[in-house]
Amino acid sequence: MTGNILLSVEDVVVDLPTPRGNLRAVDRVNLTVGAGQTLGVVGESGCGKTMLSRAILQLLPKKAKLSGRVMFDGQDLLQLSREKLRKLRGRSLAVVFQDPMTSLNPVLTIGTQLIETLQEHLELDDASAKKRSIELLAAVGIPAPEQRLSQYPHQLSGGMRQRVAIAIALSCEPKLLIADEPTTALDVTIQAQILDLLAREQRRRHMAMILITHDLGVVAGRTDEVAVMYAGRVVERAPTPALFKKMRMPYTEALLAALPRIDAAPHTPLPAISGRPPDPTRPLQGCSFSPRCRYAVARCHAEKPALTEAESREHQFACFHPIEIHAGAGA
Amino acid sequence: MATLELTLDEGLQARPLKRGRRLGPLFWAAIGWMVLVFAVAIFADFLPLPSPTDMDMLERRAAFSAAHWLGTDGLGRDELSRLIHGARISLVVGLCAPVIGLVIGGALGMLAGYFGGRFETIVAGSMDVLLAFPPLILVLAVIAFVGQSIFNLTLILGALSIPASMRVARAATLTLSRREFVIAAQALGASHARILLRELLPNVILPLFAFFLLGVAVIIVVEGALSFLGLGVPPPISSWGSMIGEGRESLDVAPRLAFLPAAAMFLTVLSFNLVGDTLRALTDPRQGAL
Amino acid sequence: MAFFVARRLLYLVPVLIAVSLLTFSIASLLPGDLAYTILGDQATPENVAALRADMGLDQPIWWRYLSWLGNVLQGDFGRSFRTGQTVLQAVAERLPVSIELMLLAQLGALAIGVPLAIVCAARSGGPFDRFMTGTAFAMLSVPTFLSAILLIYFFAVELRWLPATGYVPFAEDPIGNLRFFVLPSLTLALAEWPGIMRILRSDMIATLQEDYIALAKAKGLKPARILFVHALKPSSLTLVTITGINIGRLIGGAVIVETVFALPGIGRLLVGAIGTRDLIILQGVVLLVAAGFVIMNFIVDLLYAVLDPRIRHGHA
Repeated sequence: MTGNILLSVEDVVVDLPTPRGNLRAVDRVNLTVGAGQTLGVVGESGCGKTMLSRAILQLLPKKAKLSGRVMFDGQDLLQLSREKLRKLRGRSLAVVFQDPMTSLNPVLTIGTQLIETLQEHLELDDASAKKRSIELLAAVGIPAPEQRLSQYPHQLSGGMRQRVAIAIALSCEPKLLIADEPTTALDVTIQAQILDLLAREQRRRHMAMILITHDLGVVAGRTDEVAVMYAGRVVERAPTPALFKKMRMPYTEALLAALPRIDAAPHTPLPAISGRPPDPTRPLQGCSFSPRCRYAVARCHAEKPALTEAESREHQFACFHPIEIHAGAGA
Repeated sequence: MATLELTLDEGLQARPLKRGRRLGPLFWAAIGWMVLVFAVAIFADFLPLPSPTDMDMLERRAAFSAAHWLGTDGLGRDELSRLIHGARISLVVGLCAPVIGLVIGGALGMLAGYFGGRFETIVAGSMDVLLAFPPLILVLAVIAFVGQSIFNLTLILGALSIPASMRVARAATLTLSRREFVIAAQALGASHARILLRELLPNVILPLFAFFLLGVAVIIVVEGALSFLGLGVPPPISSWGSMIGEGRESLDVAPRLAFLPAAAMFLTVLSFNLVGDTLRALTDPRQGAL
Repeated sequence: MAFFVARRLLYLVPVLIAVSLLTFSIASLLPGDLAYTILGDQATPENVAALRADMGLDQPIWWRYLSWLGNVLQGDFGRSFRTGQTVLQAVAERLPVSIELMLLAQLGALAIGVPLAIVCAARSGGPFDRFMTGTAFAMLSVPTFLSAILLIYFFAVELRWLPATGYVPFAEDPIGNLRFFVLPSLTLALAEWPGIMRILRSDMIATLQEDYIALAKAKGLKPARILFVHALKPSSLTLVTITGINIGRLIGGAVIVETVFALPGIGRLLVGAIGTRDLIILQGVVLLVAAGFVIMNFIVDLLYAVLDPRIRHGHA
């Protein structure tokens, strides 16, 4: 599983000064992604997963403070000059945002938004750029690609728009694609198609991918490794099969339990996780999940658990009271 | 040329100011200046100054001296005294016209927002017709046909201030009349008049007042421009605008004759703009413009 | 799109009618007798009666309005009693001057305001931004006639670089013509640029926070391209709005500037007509200017549709 490490996030911290105090959006996160591998990052809204992706891309808001190291392809992105970073982005490092209605520019044609990326990084002339754009649109499954070039985003359906966004991301053959909740804004019926598209393209291009989502079900069959985030920290990390079979974190267990199961009886209530994530400007002394955890004991409220290893080095978790559970035995 | 039509869209989505900053030294300096100008204008007759109409032909365009602090103008009249009396005129028109706009426009706006329907359409439509004219052209046309006088000037400028106040009042009333306390009052059988006066008016008055201050700034400028052209306050009455217009003749020999009233006008307009804008930002944070 | 245009045209007609009504009503407000005023010294009872009959002043007001309107629609706006020129002739002579002035002024205002807005939006919150925003605010409190005087004082009186008054047609002497227009257009541009800069800046700051700008950055596009193509284009709609709103102020400003700098434009014609009590000219010019203003606003509305493809396709 180690293989060739393409991206290594080391001790990354993102602090945001707000009027109510300092907000630690990302709290000393460590992650790695191997070349051609897929990492799933799962967590509720506000757990810091989007901030993490912005930190990797070096696209944080102006006021944010970033520390740590982000090693991509042998270079520390935090140390690179702005110009070098700009050349990397779009070329070796690409991103797909959540809502294609807002991530595509409404007053520019699809063609423009595709071609400008190609011309910026690959320096293609107009004709070749246009040709390549049509190929890309066809590859992501958009019918009648030539006509789409002169259309505007609002003339396409949601699923189509996201396909365009994916085409843009893939246009320069990136080494790593970050997909930030790529299907959350789409109809359920389209979601699987888009995810399949991403997986297929990834295999074809031997691309590494980070799939960010709040839905454990999304990462189940489509990732090699999963990192579960809560309140800015990675609380469990494991190769995907291991995570589902032998999860340790009560939070992960709760997340899994909240997924609807196809074999459940009709009208089975979904066990929602009670309570809400903590206020990030007021970090708790103990484990961030302890107020909502069914297994919490006194120590959980008092001390913050560090990431420790389970039976294999690749499986890490941060809990004083881990669970031993096997999938299928019920939650 | 400042507009008589204050668009509500100004400063759309501007970044919100930090609350503490706004009432800073500039704000209080503006208030201070306004108080000074008002005080001086009101108590002009009690100040130990030469009369503004006393001409001293031997001392024309004299420089600053003990007898004449700010010198004299082209006809030997004391400049400081003229400035102060000019302030009176500029302020009288500058305040009365927007008040007309405030009262009539505010009332129309509240009624239109509250009752809606045909009434609102008619009111909004008439405002649109009024606004279809470039404002200065309309003023000039009316003055030309009706005659120059402070009264006429104030009236027409007041009429042109109505649309802006109407819009503010209507917008405020529209947002408010959907709220529960109005519906509750209606359910309790309160009369329209009572709701309008007791419930809606206190809430509408604050944003209206902010726009009023901005309107004062605009009117002072418009009156100034008209008087500068000789088409505003009728001679021999002079406002700051007329003084600047007269000072234009002496730009090469005594530029101060134009620039002293100009500075006074600028500072006054700036102060009203500052205070009005600050108040507007405070009463409706979405529309702060700085 | 055609439907959109047709609908707007339908709205245009009643507004124009209302404008003509208002103009006529103002003209009829004249206290005292129009004929007396026109004849002035030569007002004998016979002359007055003859003139009144000739001008149809005896007729009921609605008849007078309709006959006046009828004439207007046929292109007859009346004839000045002072100069003998028809209104249309007088206006046609002076229109190019006013248009040149307003055009140069608007271009100047855009040339100052737009780059400043872009720079301030790109570096919002920074020292330059705060300085420029403050300056723009202060400039809004400087009336047009004040800037005019200041510019005349510095450039014409003190430095003697540029002429204070005068005009020569462009066809005769392009350079001379432009020289005469520098100070007047600059005066108006100084009055207009703060409004443009403030609104465009706000709009761009909002645009720059949009997701598609973040994506453009994530695509590694050059910052200049992001600013000018991705951010400016959506905000260009606002630019059109401001320019449209400005037209009314520009017209008013032109009146002042033409008078101060002695440019033979429509504004000066208007002011002159007030001075000489040339009421026919007044009425005609006011109507023409107001109608022109309404039509220009209409064109601005149409420009919206061109610029925002969402409106064109009936979405926005």
